Amino acid sequence: MTDTTVPDAGPTGRPLGRRVLPYAMLSPAVLVTLAIVFFPMVQTAWMSLHDYVLFRPNHFEFVGLDNFRKALADEVFWISLRHTAIWIGITIPAQVLLGLATALLLNQDFPWRPLARALIIIPWALPSVVIALMWVWIYDSNYGLMNDFLLRLGLIEQAVPWLARPDTALGAIILTLTWQGFPFFAVMILAGLQSIPRSYYEAAAIDGASTWRQFWHITLPGISGVLVTAILLRMIWVANSFDVIFVMTGGGPGYSTYTLPLYAFVKSRTNLDFGYGSALAVLFTLLLMVVVLVYLRRTGKAVSR
Amino acid sequence: MRLRKLPLWRRILTVDLPMLTILAFTLGPYAWMFLTSVTPEARLFTEGPSILGATFENYARLFRTVGFGRNLLDSLIVAGGTVVVGLSLSITAAYSFSRFEFRAKRLLMMQFLLINMFPLVLLILPLFVLMRVLGLLDTHAALIIANSTIAIPFSVWMMVSYMNGIPRSLDEAAMTDGCTRLGALRRVILPLCAPGIVATGIYIFITAWNEYLYALTLGGRNVRTITVAVQTLIGEYEVQWGLLTAGGIIGAMPATVLFLLVQKRLISGLTQGAVKG
Repeated sequence: MTDTTVPDAGPTGRPLGRRVLPYAMLSPAVLVTLAIVFFPMVQTAWMSLHDYVLFRPNHFEFVGLDNFRKALADEVFWISLRHTAIWIGITIPAQVLLGLATALLLNQDFPWRPLARALIIIPWALPSVVIALMWVWIYDSNYGLMNDFLLRLGLIEQAVPWLARPDTALGAIILTLTWQGFPFFAVMILAGLQSIPRSYYEAAAIDGASTWRQFWHITLPGISGVLVTAILLRMIWVANSFDVIFVMTGGGPGYSTYTLPLYAFVKSRTNLDFGYGSALAVLFTLLLMVVVLVYLRRTGKAVSR
Repeated sequence: MRLRKLPLWRRILTVDLPMLTILAFTLGPYAWMFLTSVTPEARLFTEGPSILGATFENYARLFRTVGFGRNLLDSLIVAGGTVVVGLSLSITAAYSFSRFEFRAKRLLMMQFLLINMFPLVLLILPLFVLMRVLGLLDTHAALIIANSTIAIPFSVWMMVSYMNGIPRSLDEAAMTDGCTRLGALRRVILPLCAPGIVATGIYIFITAWNEYLYALTLGGRNVRTITVAVQTLIGEYEVQWGLLTAGGIIGAMPATVLFLLVQKRLISGLTQGAVKG
């Protein structure tokens, strides 16, 4: 609390006090975030220009853009980038579609609707380590639920080690992430659906519009704002979160589930190569900034209104 | 929104059944994990998980031999500390954003939004270096600071949206009656947004409780949160799925329960901005 920094608004001090007060009340939060967010960020950018390996503490040599040049020539960088694109490109649309279907269902009248609405959100509240743990168990090649289920349906002939095969590992992780993230869309879209005035549907029904046409001309335009915001937000989160992958496969087998943030993390954590790791993190951030800027422009408009 | 009421059988076919399918997909893995955790280890691989002859032997082992109790305590300290830091720093900031017009207001607000967008990998390396220099590695303080990078901006945004919902005339009335600004904030605004503060606090608690990568990087032998402990279990007790899933259930419990308690208010706060924007 800032009680002490705020000048008492006496009769003479009032104008000054009034001008300073907003900033005084903001300063604790701003100063702390400067210290623990912006300062470290600048430091990452600074480290990325150096040859810096943690187990050689006295070696901190300026190398300019060498780390970035190294990254662009690094095969694993391109593999990770491709996986990041595939991963976002499949996970987000899958989450949107499933979320939309769920939201439309939750917007109907049925007796146990409050219960369904409360339960649907559970995956979102779980720690990612626990999510990873339970899906590793589901994908287990000997006793996993997935194999059991598919074998019984006759869709596969023998048990598949989902996470150990390079061609199925990424897909398996995408399914997990879809499961984790679609409730978020369901909840956001539901809020959008509930903001559409009922009278629109009444008018359309009087004009004889079919359910499909009502969906296309009323529902979809009505939720498009929420949808775009949610997609942008989710893209940023999905791109950022690599903890589920890290616990499930650690990037393997081989490089088949490497994504960019994971690569940056593994590079720094296991190889202690902080210079190169920082460069990868900076590159990833620059790519992500495109999405972030679009999002900020949308929100910025909402804030200034 | 439907206007005509559907006949019951059609409603069951087009609404109830699809909803049940989606819920089964949502809760299936969780239920499966729970079922595995109450199945005796010896029976798990011969007969598979089943509710018959359920036992809490795995949970008992978790606390007796693996020492999960200490991990729970570590998580509790870290998550609780993050809530205190996050809320105390953001309340005055949110009030300032909500009530005053001043230069650079938009820029400062955007700054808080921007922080939440930055990838964690960008922060984790310098924070590690920073904590090492400060000698804070493997302490609760390190994890509380790291989690605050997410908690502060998030709670500023949530609080602004709650405070905007309280009419300004209330502050003015309080000030006419002789309150200072801060007095008005403390006596009038804070009690009115108490539910919002609680919801924000709980959300921060859940995120900090669930956090894994900072805990892994900045924690260690002395401070090992529940998420790191669960991950370590995966490595050490590779095939003992009864024990592993019991760890998962325990790790997920506080977050799930708290979330179900406040989900309504929390979701309305989270979605408000998006619907308007």
